[in-house]
Amino acid sequence: MKKIIFLLLFVITTTFLRGQHSDAILIAAASDLKFALDSVITVFKKANPGARIEVTYGSSGKLFEQISQTAPFDLFFSADIEYPLTLKKKGIAVSEVYTYGIGRIVIWSNVLDPNKEQINSLLDKMVNKIAIANPQHAPYGRRAEEALKHYKVYENVKSKLVYGENISQTAQFITAGAADAGIIALSLALSPAMKKLDGHYYVIPGNAHKPLEQGFVILKKAEQNSVAVAFKDFVLGTEATKILGYFGFNKK
Amino acid sequence: MLQWDPFILTFKLATVTTVILFLLSVPLAYWLTYSRYKIKYVIEALVSLPLILPPSVLGFYLLLAFSPQNAFGKFLEQYFDLRLVFTFEGLIVASILYSLPFMVQPIHNGLKLLPLSLVEASYTLGKGRLTTLLRVLLPNIRTSLITAFVLSFAHTVGEFGVVLMVGGNIPRETRVVSIALYDEVEAMNYEQANLYAVTLLLFAFLTLLIVYLVNYRSRLGKVI
Repeated sequence: MKKIIFLLLFVITTTFLRGQHSDAILIAAASDLKFALDSVITVFKKANPGARIEVTYGSSGKLFEQISQTAPFDLFFSADIEYPLTLKKKGIAVSEVYTYGIGRIVIWSNVLDPNKEQINSLLDKMVNKIAIANPQHAPYGRRAEEALKHYKVYENVKSKLVYGENISQTAQFITAGAADAGIIALSLALSPAMKKLDGHYYVIPGNAHKPLEQGFVILKKAEQNSVAVAFKDFVLGTEATKILGYFGFNKK
Repeated sequence: MLQWDPFILTFKLATVTTVILFLLSVPLAYWLTYSRYKIKYVIEALVSLPLILPPSVLGFYLLLAFSPQNAFGKFLEQYFDLRLVFTFEGLIVASILYSLPFMVQPIHNGLKLLPLSLVEASYTLGKGRLTTLLRVLLPNIRTSLITAFVLSFAHTVGEFGVVLMVGGNIPRETRVVSIALYDEVEAMNYEQANLYAVTLLLFAFLTLLIVYLVNYRSRLGKVI
């Protein structure tokens, strides 16, 4: 019994003596970056072996809410540049807002090839469920809705729509076969995880929706953090730009 | 490769929560058993609420309460330098509320089933209330205590909705195993997700097995 009590005390005391890693940074990033940012970080770590970088992915709107509520993130990569701009105005962001790319949306499906009928492929009777991200807090969901309205198919497909928490959950809905088609980020369609699947995608023309200008900022918590600054410079450098370009993030 | 951080974090959270819960629940269950005040039925209902309440309801109100923009959160921050949103400390508070019935109910039921003559005999022999509780009542409900411990621990390990809402998925701070699993599914790493899921499944099964074994053996008159 005494041993058990001793063990419990040990766990409790060690729990509250957590060390702070000054060379560690925590990034909040939009889900469309899932594969692209992981690649950027892998390359960054090769050049900076001591740096610890961890990422929490989610919808930009949700992460924005959490950061506004004092969640302890060092950098914020948002699929909609409005969110970091707002943080800047509120004084929660300390750097200027950097653009890292323009996001594109695609129709992805593994039951039909959306290149044939393009937007009208969503009206096909093979397509019973269409996954899009939740427009309330996911920028990709808002753009998907705009594109559907732009092509005047929104009213026809409204009853088929299912909503993902963020863009990577939306992609998961279609890859798992729960939805027959979906509107997701080009960056996810280009990821190795989705490329190896037997699917097709059609890039929706950029004039069908407002642009998905993506931006990142350094947050107040990382004001004195040299790793955060080094990582910012790296993301803006040529090597990272090339990686982001591979995943479809171009700056124009 | 399986990441160990979420497991360590989950283990710490469940241990700390269970110990604090035990210290809170013994007096509470004692009071619920022997009090004559009618208000105890209200308290009993409140304690049991997390059993049927959607975790998102609890998560939502905790998020509001903890937020430094609101009165309670501001008070904690100003006077105790304590922040409960997106922190491990916040998860402990949330888990205590969430697992409360799993600790209180087995202890309460155990005490209710003890014959009153045990207490009376102890009092007649000149023992006070505290001694009676520690030396007579608790040793006689050992099986209930073990059940309470194991169930509270396991229920905290299995927490998801509340953690998602007040924790915010921060590595080594609030990313517990169930959240890490959710993350891997979203990233389409089904293999990794499967590893987390199998571990949780085995853990849950073993937990229940222990509870039933302990209860079975106690009916045979043996404790552990």
